Amino acid sequence: MQRILLFLYRIRAFLLFVLLESIAIWLIVSNNSQQGAVFFNSANQYSGRILQTQRNVLDYFSLTSVNKALVDQNAALLAELEHYRQPVDSMFIPVDATMMATFEFKGAKVINNSINLAQNFITINKGAKHGIKEGMGVFNEEGVVGRVKGVTQHFASVISLLHTELLISSKIESSEVFGSTKWDGKDPKKAKLLYVPRHVELKVGDRVVTSGYNVIFPEGIPIGKIIEVGAGTETNYLDVTIELATDFTRISYVYLVENFVEEELEILEDLN
Amino acid sequence: MNSNRIILLIGGFFLYLIIQVLLLKNIVVFGLAFCFLYVLYILLLPLEMKTIPIMLVAFVLGMGVDLFYDTLGMHTASLLALAFLRNSWLKLLTPTGGYDENLQPSMLNMGFGWFTYYSLPLILLHHFIFFYIDQLGTNLFLAGVQKVIASTIFVFVMSIIVQLMFYRRRRGI
Repeated sequence: MQRILLFLYRIRAFLLFVLLESIAIWLIVSNNSQQGAVFFNSANQYSGRILQTQRNVLDYFSLTSVNKALVDQNAALLAELEHYRQPVDSMFIPVDATMMATFEFKGAKVINNSINLAQNFITINKGAKHGIKEGMGVFNEEGVVGRVKGVTQHFASVISLLHTELLISSKIESSEVFGSTKWDGKDPKKAKLLYVPRHVELKVGDRVVTSGYNVIFPEGIPIGKIIEVGAGTETNYLDVTIELATDFTRISYVYLVENFVEEELEILEDLN
Repeated sequence: MNSNRIILLIGGFFLYLIIQVLLLKNIVVFGLAFCFLYVLYILLLPLEMKTIPIMLVAFVLGMGVDLFYDTLGMHTASLLALAFLRNSWLKLLTPTGGYDENLQPSMLNMGFGWFTYYSLPLILLHHFIFFYIDQLGTNLFLAGVQKVIASTIFVFVMSIIVQLMFYRRRRGI
């Protein structure tokens, strides 16, 4: 018995190593689920504060480009609004529940972002207190950014589209062909459009947008445009490369979207 | 170890952590070479420090870096491996006549050749584990190897520059 204890004492450094390493590996595994606790990442109160302070300082350097992007979007929205304005001699009829707005939008600022790893996350400065919930879609004026993974009181952690396990249901705008966008981990400007059947004819330059089958995003938010169509190795599907609409190197403000009827839709889909 | 050195070590810990997460996090050369300079802190801990305290320090430092990188556990796991092997590796590299008392295993104290033998394999190991975990579940092995090599060289060069600029011979920071 004494010998065993002595032996264990002699390899105590190794035992501690095994213990700590298992904790680390357990953390890695538990962090890899798509939704979950976010205490131990940059969305927690303390690191969030530090990152926010850093972002507040760095923001001064990107004011010009942020302003330009906001002005551009304002112009686009104004043009769209013009479309909906009622002519003087028209009549207004309220539509029924099926046509009512099913999405709600919120704005937030990005305080932490990475693009160079295979699994990238973004931290934003709004949390549960501001009504952010797990699973909300995130986009900016250029296109899709990601999906909320977890929230704390004041901050939220977002799975970036540049994460090799996030799938976004998408479609090709012109031909209404469905597929899933997934990042392949190589270039932060490009992603793959999966599950496009072989018989579909694609043109380089076709726009890819979010599809209506998707409960996270409203239909029609840009994802990117097709830049390459290859035969691919899979027998049934084409190998489609798209250029992402969002420039992940300089995201500063994002919008979050919540689907009011998401629960209803999910219940309905579960019934099938 | 006098109290002065302990304060320097604790100060160095926070300095490395803050510089890493606020400054060096944003430096990625060509999207390949990452600057994980915080490994230098573990490499330069005093020679007489035992493996267990080193591992505990590495665990806390790794968690701190992970917190800001959103890579929960990845930096910790790789830094722990480095911390665990550090002392055995140092023992293997003992120069004839042994180490001096209370010495920091830095380039200025031990010479460039010795420091290369000491740090390069350990940095390589750390980076290999880190990028291996990062690309698990994807088929990016080659891209991962590129990142490992590029980052190892980058961190090694940076660590030499940092030592030349901010360290003194035979002393702490």
